[in-house]
Amino acid sequence: MMDLENFLPFLGEIVARWLKGFLPVWLVDVIMMVVVGLLIILLMVVVVMALTLLERKILGRLQDRLGPNRVGPYGLIQPIADVLKLLVKEDIIPEKADKLLHFLAPVIIVVPAFMVWAVIPFGKKLVAADLNIAVLYVIALGSVTSIAILMAGWGSGNKYALLGGFRAVAQLFSYEVPMALAILSVVMAAGSMSLQKIVEAQSPLPFVLLQPVAFLIYFICGVAETNRSPFDLPEAESEIIAGYHIEYSGVKWAMFFLAEYINTFAISAMVVTLFLGGWKGPVLPSYIWFFIKVAIMVYVFFWFRATFPRLRIDQLLNFSWKFLVPLAMANLLVTGLVVKLDLGYWGKASAYWAGNILAGGLALYLLGRFTPKKALA
Amino acid sequence: MGMQIAFFLFSLIAIVGAILVVTTKRLFHSALALVLSFVGVAGLYILLEAEFLAALQILIYVGAIAILILFAIMLTRHLMDPKARAFNEQWWVAALVAGFLFLVLMAMILRVPWPIKAAAVPENVIEGLGSSFVGEYLVPFEVASVLLMAALIGAIIIARER
Repeated sequence: MMDLENFLPFLGEIVARWLKGFLPVWLVDVIMMVVVGLLIILLMVVVVMALTLLERKILGRLQDRLGPNRVGPYGLIQPIADVLKLLVKEDIIPEKADKLLHFLAPVIIVVPAFMVWAVIPFGKKLVAADLNIAVLYVIALGSVTSIAILMAGWGSGNKYALLGGFRAVAQLFSYEVPMALAILSVVMAAGSMSLQKIVEAQSPLPFVLLQPVAFLIYFICGVAETNRSPFDLPEAESEIIAGYHIEYSGVKWAMFFLAEYINTFAISAMVVTLFLGGWKGPVLPSYIWFFIKVAIMVYVFFWFRATFPRLRIDQLLNFSWKFLVPLAMANLLVTGLVVKLDLGYWGKASAYWAGNILAGGLALYLLGRFTPKKALA
Repeated sequence: MGMQIAFFLFSLIAIVGAILVVTTKRLFHSALALVLSFVGVAGLYILLEAEFLAALQILIYVGAIAILILFAIMLTRHLMDPKARAFNEQWWVAALVAGFLFLVLMAMILRVPWPIKAAAVPENVIEGLGSSFVGEYLVPFEVASVLLMAALIGAIIIARER
């Protein structure tokens, strides 16, 4: 009886051994790398198709309507119909567009979205590359997105696209700072930048219980980084008619869409890995646990979209620079102090709790005390 | 062999990007070519097994400095005009400085006895880097931080509405 935990790595080993029978070792390594990469890309495309359907179904349910229900039973084949529609749509390049940038932007936005998945641990033994700088790698790839968005915004030769590009870059920049600071406190608590080691450091308690403030900051920044509601100003339909991807159609538009949903899924996976104990869990195999947790986080993302109205750009920037950044720094200070204390696991845990409650409570008190009354009205 | 091909490709990316920066007519394209060059350099870092530096190169140069340059270009009046001249009457000063810098760098490259023996890359590069920042090089590190802090505050004061 083969146990489920080791099934996939075992399968990989068998295939590799079989290939080594008649191929040189380096070629087998290359083939295995390409196969793993293709599998991850394929998985992501399927996941995105499932997510689009889920999002529309869940939003429908939350808004007391049915959602897609025409194509197939319960609308299950809707994503396939959508993909076919996008593939046969005409590809339009505006007259005023900067042809090269207009063409390159969708390519550049989708590549880092896929690359992030190389370091995310799906299971105990399922990680494509367990880099020792994985956390930094993820942040760095996230920052490449803003170049692509600026290229799309500028290259389209459209003022709404340019406005969307400006908004997107201002937003991505502002929320990258508290995001990195929040991750940093986790890295300090775990003592490593490797995601696999961070997962292993989360026992018996996951970091969401030890670092609740960092968890909240990271999650809020994650919503902002993926341009999702309530932080969807860069592509606000009612203000700047979809922002930087206004001039895109067909497959190129699908690339932006794909990147956005992969990023949503990736941020959920990062939240799970950094704060919710990653693939850890009883009884079920590790990768099943990973996907259950990620699905819950994705649901929260959709829930956010149905709940909160969109922010204004000044509210958005103020919230990041005047609230999240100082709070993240205070949290970093608390974490740094506690890491250096010699208390044992539970002593440190209590110190984290005290520090987090103190920092979070103080921040909320100051926010309530110094918010002008007219901002609330 | 594989390493040499990769080195050649990354150097090509870096050099072609750098040449495009100074030869492209449109300033926006120049800035993007600069990004290409940065990516090539990041690739070279990876070849040297300095993944940490490579990630920082992407994060800081591509993710922050290039965006800053792009913004500066987009917000400067008339700079985006494709009919604008790429050179002004001070080009010879720039050429002089660039030529001088080239000479200095060449002299340095030719004089320094570069170690050819390949030493093994230490296992925990980041830990070593971190502890030298807060240990041996604490004072320079803090001075740099204070400088950046002063620049930040100065920028805020200049930009503040009165």
